Amino acid sequence: MDIRLDAISHSYGDTEVLRDISLDIPNGKIVCLVGPSGCGKSTLLRLIGGLERPSKGRVLQVGSPPEGCLNPLTFVFQDFALLPWRSVQGNISLVLEDHGIKGAQADAIITDVLARTKLSDFSKALPRQLSGGMKQRVAIARALAVKPAVMLMDEPLSALDSQTRELLMDDLVALWTRQFFTAAYVTHNLAEAVRLGHCIVVLSRRPGEIREIVEIDMPLADRSHGNAKLEQVQKHLWDMMRDEARAADEELLDV
Amino acid sequence: MSDATLPSQPIEVRFRGGGFAPKARRWVGLFVFVLLIGITEIGTRQGWISSLTLPKPSDVLATFGELWESGLLFKHLIPSLSRLAVGATIGASIGIVVGILIGLFSYVRAGMVPLVAAIFPIPKIALLPLFVIWFGIDEASKYALIAFGTFTPTVVATYGAVDNVDRSLIRMGQSFGLSWLSIVRKIVLPGAMPGILSGLRISLAIAIILLVAAEMLGAEYGIGAYILEAGSLYDLERLFAGVVILSLLGVILSTVIGFIERRILGWRA
Repeated sequence: MDIRLDAISHSYGDTEVLRDISLDIPNGKIVCLVGPSGCGKSTLLRLIGGLERPSKGRVLQVGSPPEGCLNPLTFVFQDFALLPWRSVQGNISLVLEDHGIKGAQADAIITDVLARTKLSDFSKALPRQLSGGMKQRVAIARALAVKPAVMLMDEPLSALDSQTRELLMDDLVALWTRQFFTAAYVTHNLAEAVRLGHCIVVLSRRPGEIREIVEIDMPLADRSHGNAKLEQVQKHLWDMMRDEARAADEELLDV
Repeated sequence: MSDATLPSQPIEVRFRGGGFAPKARRWVGLFVFVLLIGITEIGTRQGWISSLTLPKPSDVLATFGELWESGLLFKHLIPSLSRLAVGATIGASIGIVVGILIGLFSYVRAGMVPLVAAIFPIPKIALLPLFVIWFGIDEASKYALIAFGTFTPTVVATYGAVDNVDRSLIRMGQSFGLSWLSIVRKIVLPGAMPGILSGLRISLAIAIILLVAAEMLGAEYGIGAYILEAGSLYDLERLFAGVVILSLLGVILSTVIGFIERRILGWRA
């Protein structure tokens, strides 16, 4: 299933946050959205996921979601959004219960996704007992449990320290390599973008418009930390964004 | 630094962290009670607290013993407890339901919040005559008074608690396609539970106050009636025996809620 954004514009009151965004998120690819703070990249993700309505334009699903898919558009949030009163297992079963999946069937799914995110030993733990990286892995496991057609990842690694971030990036690459998934991945971290993105969409400062789409045709598994070609792409992205980011920063101070 | 000629000695950094983290200190509460009662006992025995000011704690205990032996204790306690249980249950459950509705629906909020604000400051006891006309002189008017008194603080605590539920968790529920009912049942209610329970502590204390007030105005048996009778005779021992029963009731209710909190809010810690 592909996602197509058709001339999306969005404003909050008089403030225009997104202007005329048209974009395809093709099946099986990870599309990274980068841009200076306040450029509306998280808003764009919420529009794609149906948590907000665009002021203008449409978000289209092209093709039908894969078989067994419970929730085609599934979020992974920056703040994990785990229920603190439910165990790891309970947090995952939460999203299955509403689809009538209980008992052995639910256990099978939970066991599978916990194994894929290397959390099998922690199924009974409460969120407060887990580190940040583990919490985000639980959130990823929860997202995998509903067999999403497209994962909408809103700065999933931004609340984590840089070492945990490296490890989780490896985990994400491994997950993708084992079974291709489609994702829109919002980040402000260019290193993450060049590591995980098949294509990187650079947004301008507010109102966010598409400045450039950079394709990287290097397999995800081959992209290692400190790869020269990736550094080059990252530098190109940063050159493009630096002035925007500075201007955006000063703009925010004005308000 | 002020005296440059002296070689500067290393100074250990002064500890300034810590505190602001309540810990369980088991016996301190009991110790405070024992200390206060002990001082009163010694004072009244030695005469530097006159017997008109305070009764001797040991006499109060003796009165309590008489109450127990004559069977009067339960004659007073059982009607009081049933009034408290019925009234507080009605008031608290309607309060929780209305509070949740206010938290969830803008129209209910717009309609009910000013109403609750208008009702809250009314001393409910002033309405007892009205309740007597509406519900009769019997038990029903006492239930209504206690229920009404517990209702308002419960509503306020409950909708505040619902408002404080983390919106990002609700968005998460929506993003996974959970039904409205599931979101309310599995996210809003558990998230509001800490606030609802701490509201119940206050509501139940108010229920005890209103119980006594209602019984003072018209009841043959009940702790309130017992205290009123003792008070009008200036029988301080019996007055205090009644008051101690009320305090114990308060402590027991608070302990029960504490127990419930530890059971169902274990995830906080």
